Amino acid sequence: MTNQELALYANTIRHDIIKALGKAGSGHPGGSLGMADIFTALYFSEAHVDPKNPNDPNRDRIVLSNGHICPVLYATLARAGYFPLEEMQTLRVLGSKMQGHPHRGALPGLETTSGPLGSGLSQAAGMALGLRMDKSAARVFCLTSDGEHQEGNHWEAVMLASKYKLDRLIQIMDRNYIQIDGTTEDVMPLDPVADKYRAFGWNVIEIDGHNFTQILEAIRSASAHTGTPTLINARTIPGKGVSYMEGKFTWHGKTPNAEDTQKALADLDAVRDAIENGTYVY
Amino acid sequence: MSTKLSSTLNLQHGLTDGTPLPISAIREGFGKGMLEAGKHDPRVVGLSADLTESTQMHLFAKEFPDRFVQVGVAEQNLATVASGLAAAGKIPFASSFAAFSPGRNWEQIRTTICYNNQPVKMVGSHSGLSAGPDGATHQILEDVALMRVLPNMVVVVPADAEQTRTATLALAQDPRPAYLRLVREKTPVFTTPETPFEIGKAQVISEGSDVTIVVAGPFIVEALKAAAQLGNLASLEIINMHTISPFDHTTLIASAQKTGRVITIEDHQIIGGLAGAVCESLAEHCPTPVMRLGLKNTFGESGQVPELWKKHNLSAEGIVAAVQAFLKRTA
Repeated sequence: MTNQELALYANTIRHDIIKALGKAGSGHPGGSLGMADIFTALYFSEAHVDPKNPNDPNRDRIVLSNGHICPVLYATLARAGYFPLEEMQTLRVLGSKMQGHPHRGALPGLETTSGPLGSGLSQAAGMALGLRMDKSAARVFCLTSDGEHQEGNHWEAVMLASKYKLDRLIQIMDRNYIQIDGTTEDVMPLDPVADKYRAFGWNVIEIDGHNFTQILEAIRSASAHTGTPTLINARTIPGKGVSYMEGKFTWHGKTPNAEDTQKALADLDAVRDAIENGTYVY
Repeated sequence: MSTKLSSTLNLQHGLTDGTPLPISAIREGFGKGMLEAGKHDPRVVGLSADLTESTQMHLFAKEFPDRFVQVGVAEQNLATVASGLAAAGKIPFASSFAAFSPGRNWEQIRTTICYNNQPVKMVGSHSGLSAGPDGATHQILEDVALMRVLPNMVVVVPADAEQTRTATLALAQDPRPAYLRLVREKTPVFTTPETPFEIGKAQVISEGSDVTIVVAGPFIVEALKAAAQLGNLASLEIINMHTISPFDHTTLIASAQKTGRVITIEDHQIIGGLAGAVCESLAEHCPTPVMRLGLKNTFGESGQVPELWKKHNLSAEGIVAAVQAFLKRTA
């Protein structure tokens, strides 16, 4: 798949996210839009997963730690063929499989239940340990947020993954510098985060989280790396693709009203045109 | 002894003929059971948070080093790494002191084990006053309440070391999340390898007609001593409620209907744990007067375990006094 095709998939997924959140009336657009390129790269290019056999013991595991960005996970899984796209219209509705935060077992393709922050990396590490006991070559991708690095549990897992040399564990951090109360560096500074991970014994790759060339290279490089776990520090723009949301922490957990939804879709249409006529950088 | 011992539970002979019972710590029963479970099933793995020998996990760790994970002093990681191992097809037993696990990592247990519905077995040792000289910080008296309230969670409070071994084997074969509560102190062993153990099925140790004594933890022998001391003054029906969740309403209600009086005994706060479960069950199905022995909205303190148990009436003397007061009150 070419980078242009991947960018179009990501754009479609962003449309799906906006439509679902606009209808649901609550949820988290900022991180969902920001991570659409990375989810697209994983599910449509790099990860060994099969929507027709979601429980294949040899599959790569994709663990979403910051569960509040599940709209991007749901949309990607739907577009990948795990379940019908129409399910997206039931996001956060009574009786829906689309829970407000992802629940394992509610939908095929979900590896964990998540939402409370800081516990995804340790579950991913546990999976990597278990897979290694079974001599499996499967990779465990764990998608985390920068804000959840304020949780102690996360750093417990950083230490453990390094101790056990979990080189099949690849963490991709959504480094978008925002959280509910403001910027991460105002709430609780995290930088220099790459240095911190290196000091903990991790391999670190720093990328632009919207550049498919960099995303794919980073995942391939991390997969070939041995001896330590890898952090892909992905610099992203929260709200990516929707002009009035981009970079604004106020859109972390607020959904667009009907008028804003139309404006957002129009923005995404314009991005799609730019991708198709080759003027969009991806 | 005015009580009639169960003839089907294959209990130790010493219970009836006065020979001394073997003595062992409930945590030691876990260590043996864990090792056996590991031999039976290669999916069984162990995790420890820097308390490997204290929780008796070291027997398993030594035999199966490749199936043992040392997470260090990090109880949140203990629970969540265990959840991840379960997601990869393992049956993890994760042990620490109960004060820290589930004392510190409740939300991780709730979300990543119970709601996530992974077959992780949380093992909390040195529970209740059995942490003795370490004092109140280490004497968790709230753990059963914390675990019992969680959907999907099996909560087992075994009565002696042998029952703990059997319970560990049963939990390893059970697909549900579980909490297994261990005790540091050595206590009399009254069950045998022939004593049946079924998760969720209470055991009527002795039949009686005046007062039902419902026990969670190592106080069955104290209750039997109380029955002997009371002689003809009161006939006690003694129930080993080794599983708090799912709760055996049937056995409790049948006994309460017969005796009309229920006393609960646990090394725990008298709210939320065994007493809470008993009162909830009786209030809904069979309203019955209840007396609760345990910690009454107070923390523990340093001391030798037997003297701490005595201070809080978790002893034959305490049970005798409670029965006498109860009979007077309800005469």
